[in-house]
Amino acid sequence: MSDVQQLDLSYFPGCSLATTAAESNRSLMQAARILGLNLIELEDWNCCGSSSAQTMCKNLSLGMAARNLSLAPAGRSLVAMCPRCLHYLRSAQQCLKADPETREALEEKWGRPIATDLEIIHFMEVLVRYGLDRLKANARRSLNGLRFVPYYGCTLARPPRLAKEKYFQGEMENILTALGAEAVPDALMHRCCGSFLSATDPEIVSPLVGEIIGSAAAAKADCLITACAMCQLNLEIRNTSKTKIPIFHFSEILALALGADDYEEWFVRHLVDPRPLIQKFSKAA
Amino acid sequence: MSQVQPLIQDFVTPDTVEAGNPRPSLAAEVNAHSGAGLNRCYQCGSCGNGCPFVQAMDYTPNQVIRLVQFGLRQEVLACKTIWVCVGCHTCSSQCPMSIDIAAVMDTLRLMAVEEGVAVGKPNIIDFHEEVLRSLEKFGRAHKLGIMLGYKRQTGRWLKDLDVGLKMLAKRKLDLIPSRVHDVKEITDLFTCYWRETA
Repeated sequence: MSDVQQLDLSYFPGCSLATTAAESNRSLMQAARILGLNLIELEDWNCCGSSSAQTMCKNLSLGMAARNLSLAPAGRSLVAMCPRCLHYLRSAQQCLKADPETREALEEKWGRPIATDLEIIHFMEVLVRYGLDRLKANARRSLNGLRFVPYYGCTLARPPRLAKEKYFQGEMENILTALGAEAVPDALMHRCCGSFLSATDPEIVSPLVGEIIGSAAAAKADCLITACAMCQLNLEIRNTSKTKIPIFHFSEILALALGADDYEEWFVRHLVDPRPLIQKFSKAA
Repeated sequence: MSQVQPLIQDFVTPDTVEAGNPRPSLAAEVNAHSGAGLNRCYQCGSCGNGCPFVQAMDYTPNQVIRLVQFGLRQEVLACKTIWVCVGCHTCSSQCPMSIDIAAVMDTLRLMAVEEGVAVGKPNIIDFHEEVLRSLEKFGRAHKLGIMLGYKRQTGRWLKDLDVGLKMLAKRKLDLIPSRVHDVKEITDLFTCYWRETA
């Protein structure tokens, strides 16, 4: 990453950040603005295909993800925030690299080239390259004393088919401890949140979510911070246990530390109100 | 059989002993599509121990692999396990033999859809179809529409109503879908989606 003042990046929000997790999108935009990262939303992007297309039809799944790749301008990295979107976009890219015939057919259909060497990265990776010292220099609020469980969920932790891709474990801790927070890793931080079973079979998911929240409470964490918008939603809506702990999107805590002031607007969209926790910390500071 | 295949790739199964039947064994077929290397499985059970959803399954993941190795096509394609699996990859990352078990599940689901077998967990396929309807129409997932459509399919309107209302109250469910402008490019992609939806 160069030292230019403003860095242009293509940005793929995905369906969750565009709708149910709009607060993650808003806080991400704030954080990026403060850091001088220009996230340019991919023009007319579509759903990455998600588990549903992957389940029902391989070609459909590939086509959905590939259309997004065809919309990405060459020469600037494509950034995703949702681990599943990232996974499907990268899988499609790998697939098209190995199968030039299909790639050419799709290019012809859409009249646009698909760059198979386009870099597709997660926003956390952008931050790591940005540099933790530079990030710290931009901090306006201290996260001192905030005990958080870095909840990665399942997908950011290297699925085997993308074994040669980057391994993200540890990045969330590195970034947030640099900003003063304290990581509490002895909780179920990689346990799956239940994904779509949360919609179809909530009775399977609720006890599992209860275990995840319970493990965080047992480790005396103040909150869980998620890398994935769907995890954030499932941990909130499927927690039927008595223990209620605020669940943050990673981007919210980042933007908060960087001094964004519209956090009320994000936090009113949470089912477990995080404002008492935030107030406690702003008073202590 | 016209040719003898090496045992390591091809277990002798009811599929392959039929004279003149060129169809490869189920294990070979699943291996070819998934690239998972499932013949390495020695039934240690790590995948079943680690799977968060194993209690909702009728076979543990290692039993699914065994069914595939035995060539029990009907049993494995009609089981619940392959539909309960969300692809969290816990099994794949815990497997001491580096078998990508999640990829086996992916492959078996696609085969079940392709072969039109009675699905072990019909509500899950209903949900996926509802998502695809939304994607075909808008190019993006419209969650409120998906939830309502899914309820219409299952007929269980009251189930989970409290969560839906909470999400609406928190404005987490948009009434108006976010959509792609060039919808034609999206609908064209669905021509390969061949399964007949009622």
